[in-house]
Amino acid sequence: MIHSLFLVNASGDIFLEKHWKSVVSRSVCDYFFEAQERATEPENVPPVISTPHHYLISVLRHRIYFVAVIQSEVPPLFVIEFLHRVVDTFQDYFGVCTEAAIKDNVVVVYELLEEMLDNGFPLATESNILKELIKPPTILRTMVNTITGSTNVGEQLPTGQLSVVPWRRTGVKYTNNEAYFDVVEEIDAIIDKSGSTITAEIQGVIDACVKLTGMPDLTLSFMNPRLLDDVSFHPCVRFKRWEAERILSFIPPDGNFRLLSYHVSSQNLVAIPVYVKHNITFREGSSQGRFDLTLGPKQTMGKAVEAVLVSSQLPRGVLNANLNPSQGTYTFDPVTKLLTWDVGKINPQKLPSLKGTMSLQAGASKPDENPTINIQLKIQQMAISGLKVNRLDMYGEKYKPFKGIKYMTKAGKSVSSYLFEFLFI
Amino acid sequence: MLDSNKDALKLEAMKRIVAMIARGKNASDLFPAVVKNVACKNIEVKKLVYVYLVRYAEEQQDLALLSISTFQRGLKDPNQLIRASALRVLSSIRVTIIVPIMMLAIKEAASDMSPYVRKTAAHAIPKLYSLDPEQKDQLIEVIEKLLADKTTLVAGSVVMAFEEVCPERIDLIHKNYRKLCNLLIDVEEWGQVVIINMLTRYARTQFLNPNINDEDEDEEKEKQAEVSALAKRKPYVMDPDHRLLLRNTKPLLQSRNAAVVMAVAQLYFHLAPKAEVGVIAKALVRLLRKICQFISIILNNFLFRLLQGMFEPYLKSFYIRSTDPTQIKILKLEVLTNLANETNISTILREFQTYIKSMDKDFVAATIQAIGRCATNIGEVRDTCLNGLVQLLSNRDELVVAESVVVIKKLLQMQPEKHSDIIKHMAKLTDNIQVPMARASILWLIGEYCEHVPKIAPDVLRKMAKSFTNEEDIVKLQIINLAAKLYLTNSKQTKLLTQYVLNLAKYDQNYDIRDRARFIRQLIVPTEKSGALSKYAKKLFLALKPAPVLESPFKDRDHFQLGSLSHLLNAKAGGYQELPDWPESAPDPSVRNVEVKESVRAVGTVTYRDTGAPRAQQTEGSREPDTGSGSESVSVSVESGSPSDSEESEESSESDEDEEEEEKEKKKKKKEIKQIFAPVFTQRLINEGHSVPDVSFQTIAPSSALKNYELLHRITGEGLSVEYCFSRQAFSPDANMVAVQMHFTNNATSDTKNLHIEDVKLQSGMRVKEFAEIELLPAGEATTAVMGVDFCDSTQAANFQLCTHTRKFFVSIQPPVGELMRPVFLTENEFKKEQSELREEVQHIQEVSYNINTSLNEHAIVQRVTTAANLSRVPCGSDKECRFAGKTVTSGSLVLATVATKDEGAAQLTVNCEKMVIGTMLVKDLLLALTQ
Repeated sequence: MIHSLFLVNASGDIFLEKHWKSVVSRSVCDYFFEAQERATEPENVPPVISTPHHYLISVLRHRIYFVAVIQSEVPPLFVIEFLHRVVDTFQDYFGVCTEAAIKDNVVVVYELLEEMLDNGFPLATESNILKELIKPPTILRTMVNTITGSTNVGEQLPTGQLSVVPWRRTGVKYTNNEAYFDVVEEIDAIIDKSGSTITAEIQGVIDACVKLTGMPDLTLSFMNPRLLDDVSFHPCVRFKRWEAERILSFIPPDGNFRLLSYHVSSQNLVAIPVYVKHNITFREGSSQGRFDLTLGPKQTMGKAVEAVLVSSQLPRGVLNANLNPSQGTYTFDPVTKLLTWDVGKINPQKLPSLKGTMSLQAGASKPDENPTINIQLKIQQMAISGLKVNRLDMYGEKYKPFKGIKYMTKAGKSVSSYLFEFLFI
Repeated sequence: MLDSNKDALKLEAMKRIVAMIARGKNASDLFPAVVKNVACKNIEVKKLVYVYLVRYAEEQQDLALLSISTFQRGLKDPNQLIRASALRVLSSIRVTIIVPIMMLAIKEAASDMSPYVRKTAAHAIPKLYSLDPEQKDQLIEVIEKLLADKTTLVAGSVVMAFEEVCPERIDLIHKNYRKLCNLLIDVEEWGQVVIINMLTRYARTQFLNPNINDEDEDEEKEKQAEVSALAKRKPYVMDPDHRLLLRNTKPLLQSRNAAVVMAVAQLYFHLAPKAEVGVIAKALVRLLRKICQFISIILNNFLFRLLQGMFEPYLKSFYIRSTDPTQIKILKLEVLTNLANETNISTILREFQTYIKSMDKDFVAATIQAIGRCATNIGEVRDTCLNGLVQLLSNRDELVVAESVVVIKKLLQMQPEKHSDIIKHMAKLTDNIQVPMARASILWLIGEYCEHVPKIAPDVLRKMAKSFTNEEDIVKLQIINLAAKLYLTNSKQTKLLTQYVLNLAKYDQNYDIRDRARFIRQLIVPTEKSGALSKYAKKLFLALKPAPVLESPFKDRDHFQLGSLSHLLNAKAGGYQELPDWPESAPDPSVRNVEVKESVRAVGTVTYRDTGAPRAQQTEGSREPDTGSGSESVSVSVESGSPSDSEESEESSESDEDEEEEEKEKKKKKKEIKQIFAPVFTQRLINEGHSVPDVSFQTIAPSSALKNYELLHRITGEGLSVEYCFSRQAFSPDANMVAVQMHFTNNATSDTKNLHIEDVKLQSGMRVKEFAEIELLPAGEATTAVMGVDFCDSTQAANFQLCTHTRKFFVSIQPPVGELMRPVFLTENEFKKEQSELREEVQHIQEVSYNINTSLNEHAIVQRVTTAANLSRVPCGSDKECRFAGKTVTSGSLVLATVATKDEGAAQLTVNCEKMVIGTMLVKDLLLALTQ
């Protein structure tokens, strides 16, 4: 299975290596660097690289490449999924997963990797179990450790791996018993030039933060479970119950976890919360182009659209843009030709707009690419699909927990408006 | 610092050393100093020393031996975790001298009490194997032993070991196949992936191809299809084990782990009947949305499987976003192209048009090619595409134009007659286009179809001749070609031009061009020497060329197992196990039956199942008897449709290995329960021992006929047949026992003597009161006896041997849950009071909806409930509700059931019982009885 792991930073240095079987020389990464050079963008590095004796499978997260070395047949997704799990664990432990954080905690990282894989086969990947084995570093603990010389490793041996509920450790105790659920939805939409929606999808997740004493057994039911088209669960969710009753029944892991991710069927019309009025023209012959963009909210049920960020890749011919935003700030990078406009909150009374001119390369012909506009946004307290949690009940423990549910809508990777001229048909 | 006495200093030192290792610096010269500390008491220091050891032991074998004794001591530690970690490190230090020690340790650990240690042992197996492959035989033994392990913790790891050490020993899996299938859902994610992949391979060797004759037949149902390959020509019935696998993996499609989903997807792809493969599409599309990197791998995997149309509903998920990396864009394009068909082509083309305007030039080029592919595949849109492409010719971007020309050329080749105007248009373009490939394409086109454009062609040649010297090689070659073709068709106008071009080519720097020129001159220009060939020159040049097939670069990957590394790379990776073809005829399915003795036959074994999901037929039976005595073969299969049968699992077999079968049965049950309740409850259930017996119960004669179960079949029993039923009478010797009435019939020709019970094998807590020995049962006679069994309020079977004077038969009695209780009289008020008390506990509510046409009146409900369970009716005022009460036989826990009839064919069934398991099982039984 996984033979070795190399961590490579953006500048191409290997700053950590770990071997689970015999040592593989780090020169194997040369193949990776070669591929990296060939790729124009960092994401374009092929995930699987074949070398004469090994296969390299890499994942790019937080600007660090996690390069796993494989010697024999293994499902690539297995490795990729595992690498992502490693990153998630690091993030869980150190808050951020940066080169600096990993370097600072190299011993913990090493201990973690040692526990997560045995002979290249995943051993313990549940963060609850890992946390019992190796305590995450906190400022306080670091200080105490330096003074007293004590350690991060748990004194007691964990029982979690042996319990019937492998994702939850036993003997959890809290003074305040709380369970919070965040319903976060992302819209992915492509809108064409005339404003009609080509595709729109809603992806949602329910992230939970559960701090409950003992072994609680929770059930969560929805007002409208039919909305959910496709779901995937945390292993703790009882599948049979969901199939039969559309109720999420589970013994939660301790702490933060992703309970559910779902997809809302595209049959339900997805309401795009904003609209864009645009007028971007280049005149033939002149070295000027006009740029005019107005944003407005629609169908937000009275909730404010916040943290709006518009970005647009302007054609290569554009030299500079001289624009005037009615609110927020904009930047134009003349090298990458990327225009970003940080709008902030949309005020329905006074719609934000960005107007001005673009200067083109003298003598260049009118660019024939049309720029795309990407919009990022956030709406608090609303799940755009209309999904609502009906109730949350707890069994198995006597106390009354504090329960909270929060909704949020975000723009996914691309709520984008393609501005195109149609060619044929 | 390592020599210091203080742990803190040692720790600090070790931390620095580990940091050095992490950075890839060599720390091997510290080995002696570090290895001393292996015996250190401090856990953290110990751990870091382990890290160091594992890294460097291979290089310094002699010194590493110093540490071995510490591990050996660790292996004997009472703490299971210490045992496990000692084994782990011991097996990780790759020192060949200690192979025997490792072998010993693994063997010991494989029979350890703790499943965690056994898991570690499974992990150690491939390590030892890679160190010393000669140990293979011994290791296989260990693997075999571990495969029989029944805990989920071990399953994943041991299958992994199996895959690494002896993937060819498929025979080891037989006996564990069903167990693995059933455990699958509870195994940790990584184990699931490995097991699923292994089972895919296994299934390929053991089951018949479900699609074997789907090709031409209407895909009715695989059951109706005929397996022509088989001599018997018996109808194809999916092996129940095959079905079991498919059914048990399906829920895993909802796993959060992409690798698991992918594994299930490939399993379905390779194993499921065509009609069922569709279920994976949704899950895969979900993966697509997740993370870019997944996308490229999944897309790669599924590209050429798409034509099945299973992704069609998800077309829009493949629309390209401007933010996708180029790699992904091109893959998505590939998918879209493959998905295109008559109905959706217009949407796809519209989408393509937008892509052409993209700024990513590579992507644009790929799009144009995709359009070309669509056009070739779908005849209807060919003209539209062509028009669109022609319009693209006026694009300002040269790359776009060039790409379009190339694609148009290919398209035109298919039906040149109609499109002479396009050729003309393209001829004009030669003035502007600079991209050599495009120019060459145009020239080729004109040359090929010069008959369609007789006026223009010579003109083009003239222009080309003028610029010949400045052209690229590829263009020059095409100019020569064009000249030759024109010379043959229209020699009057072009003779001089051709001569000129050939002369130019003769002195070209490129030898290829010079050769070509020389060759063509000899061929076409008639001289006295070259008689023979030049006659055929025209045929040679103007032969009808077959239209090219536009193909995707992602072809021919089908032969690798989907989702594997080899499949992705399109090359065989080391250790890749070929996916075997379906067998011609099914190997003996009985190999998967858990081991039984030779003279055994099991009759009609039905496994316990829950009522929730619709299930296909599942029979474990259909085993041919292999004893010689009976000339007729008995094979009983029980239909899942009839609920009365499927609820209890009844087994009669006669071997002392019987409890293995029981074990399995139990396992299944436990698992079912586990899925419904928290695993904690399962635990509780198991720990549950005896409870204090309650005072006497009134006995009520059952209101309906008793159901008879077969204990021993006439043929198995060599003439003796035994049936039993739960008489529902109080068993007088012991109130905690369930009375089982046995009915013996002697069908044999000789008398049977000394019928008695022996060798009772029971789960802990259970008891059996045997019936008095029947001394003589004459031939043709029948008799009855009553025995008492204390089932301890569980549906686990009681196994025992039924002995006659000559033979012993292994039999088992398994009670349906409804027989584990006896009725108790309550008034309505008492009932309500008890119910509200019990409500604090968990209540099982199931909505029953039965057909109003069957008119389940009150009487029918009472009848059915009392038949299914030994409960008594509670008198009550309302005719909408029927209440029943009972107590479990052993512990005397109250069991309350309510059937509330609602409007129009709906009814609600409520069961209250402090025993969760009994309650749930009862709900299921009653549901079945009511909905029957």
